[in-house]
Amino acid sequence: MLRVFWCILTRDLTLALRRRTDVLTTLFFFVIVVSLFPLGVGTEHQVLRILGPGVVWVAALLASMLALERLFAADYDDGTLEQMLLTAQPLALLVLAKIAAHWLLTGLPLVLIAPLVGMQYHLSETAIGVMMLSLLLGTPVLSLIGAIGAALTLGLRGGGILLSLLILPLYIPVLVYGAGAVEVSVIDLSDTMPYLTLLGAFLMVALIFAPVASAAALRISIE
Amino acid sequence: MLEVTKLECRRGDRRLFSDLDFALGAGTLLHVRGRNGSGKTTLLRTLCGLFTPDAGEIRWQGESIRRLGEDYRRDLLYFGHLNGIKGDLTGIENLAVAATLDGDDVHRPAIWEALERIGLAGFEDLPTRMLSQGQKKRVALARLILTRSRLWVLDEPFTALDVDAVTLLQSLISTHVDAGGLAVLTTHQEVPLTSGQVERLDLGN
Repeated sequence: MLRVFWCILTRDLTLALRRRTDVLTTLFFFVIVVSLFPLGVGTEHQVLRILGPGVVWVAALLASMLALERLFAADYDDGTLEQMLLTAQPLALLVLAKIAAHWLLTGLPLVLIAPLVGMQYHLSETAIGVMMLSLLLGTPVLSLIGAIGAALTLGLRGGGILLSLLILPLYIPVLVYGAGAVEVSVIDLSDTMPYLTLLGAFLMVALIFAPVASAAALRISIE
Repeated sequence: MLEVTKLECRRGDRRLFSDLDFALGAGTLLHVRGRNGSGKTTLLRTLCGLFTPDAGEIRWQGESIRRLGEDYRRDLLYFGHLNGIKGDLTGIENLAVAATLDGDDVHRPAIWEALERIGLAGFEDLPTRMLSQGQKKRVALARLILTRSRLWVLDEPFTALDVDAVTLLQSLISTHVDAGGLAVLTTHQEVPLTSGQVERLDLGN
């Protein structure tokens, strides 16, 4: 089981390293969107500090959205997805490995670059710390939920737009609690606990259900 | 071993075939023939479980393939119109991934040997997107050498292959059938198969 998971994970990471542009576009998209706001609304410290958490989180949603389309599409086009469906391995496990690779390539870089973008919004060190933590818990949820949408819209014409309409509403809870955690951290650090615990709970639920749901959706899409 | 009863498949409103019955024992090759659009590929995909038939049942060793699930897929090898190989990975890497997914404990030397036998010596370490159409197909077909599956479902395996590769593939199929395996294939060219029991199925009449 673990061997198969590891095999798909390393395969997807190897593929991404041989085609680096795909990974970098997501990251640069995130950085650019976040940087546009201070340019647009001015450099007033007070305003930026209030806007910061929300803007970073919305940009993270959009960036992870952008990368979702490619999650299964490349494998669908060259027939490797079809072969995965026909192996004796549980498909949910293979899907989970693909989601894990996808998060390592598109979610984790966002977490790591968060301090840099946080500085543009004059966020305090604790706020940046909380932001990284909330992104660390929240971005895997985005990848997991997104995978269901990506599997459902696979092979459809104009699937990209449909995917955003389908998935963005489902991202709302993550956005509310993710950005909320950073906002309350300004008042009192201990207030962030419920927010982070809820994000953790989302992650657990998504981790259990999303791979199974995506696997079922893939079987429908491939017909 | 493989039994099909009252199979019916539709694409949209069009009925491709209905009341299709056949049974294949060990060591049989089924040659599916028919015009373009007569439902050959759909039949093959249905046999693999990729497409749900509108009616009828497919049984493998007496059990419905729906119920067998993973146990059926362990015995199955499907080769479709798409090669199912990654252009950015080398032939070796592609086959290693495929072998791991099939649950076969295949070692690197065996993969090198398979690629050499399929006529790709010297190309093992190149990303497969640099190879020609025929060579890509050969990489995908190298799985036939490595696999232990008993049922081969091959959709147009001979297209884009040169004379040598066609001969090699024919010998692979007949060795497989001789050893008690099953093969279902579609092809437009006549393939002289030396041994085993050959059945024919004509679709679209």
